[in-house]
Amino acid sequence: MIRVQREDFDPGAELTALTAENKAVGGVVSFVGLVRDMAAGQPIRAMTLEHYPGMTEKKLAEIEAEARTRWPLETSLIVHRYGRLEPGERIVLVIVASSHRQAAFEACAFLVDWLKAQAPFWKEEETASGTHWVDAKSEDDAAAARWRKPPHEAAE
Amino acid sequence: MKLLYFAWLKTRTGRAEEDVSPPDGIATVGALIDWLKTRGPGYAAAFAEMRAVRAAVNQEYVGLDHPIRSGDEVAFFPPMTGG
Repeated sequence: MIRVQREDFDPGAELTALTAENKAVGGVVSFVGLVRDMAAGQPIRAMTLEHYPGMTEKKLAEIEAEARTRWPLETSLIVHRYGRLEPGERIVLVIVASSHRQAAFEACAFLVDWLKAQAPFWKEEETASGTHWVDAKSEDDAAAARWRKPPHEAAE
Repeated sequence: MKLLYFAWLKTRTGRAEEDVSPPDGIATVGALIDWLKTRGPGYAAAFAEMRAVRAAVNQEYVGLDHPIRSGDEVAFFPPMTGG
């Protein structure tokens, strides 16, 4: 499941609801992304996340579907916020549940890396010197690139 | 044809979206950009650094040689910074 929303989410409640009816789940891995108070050595007052309504939901659904072709998952959830967020606020939630932990760990890492590179979101930071759009980081591209091959091929 | 601009492309063009009717012969995303750049300094600034510009046609990522036709939704934006 995927959701794109302005409002906050409760990670514990989401996790409980996601796995409540599924007794085949043996392991759940979650990732919560937060707004940091510093970027490039500068204090951040807030950031605003812009998205592409329609395409963002479509891409997140494709990213989730890709994870489910690569790992045997029981269930999964991606929640990504947009709008103005202050330091400490939650931005993104990824939860992955599988019968075994290894698939859940790997799929969660894949989803976080892949959505950073593939989902249409853009961050604008507010600092004392004004607002500016955040540049994409090459290490984020590198993190996504390590998933370009299916796991069994990447290991060769 | 509906055009959408995100992040600093929106700031530089001064608009989030617009409807345009490019002249005949504008058949690809790249040709559309070349035509848009002639429409004013804001557009020229938005598309000055093409290394940092990405495009989508009908909500799929495409390259500059991708064909376009009337009725398409074409979006321009910088590399993504979500997550």
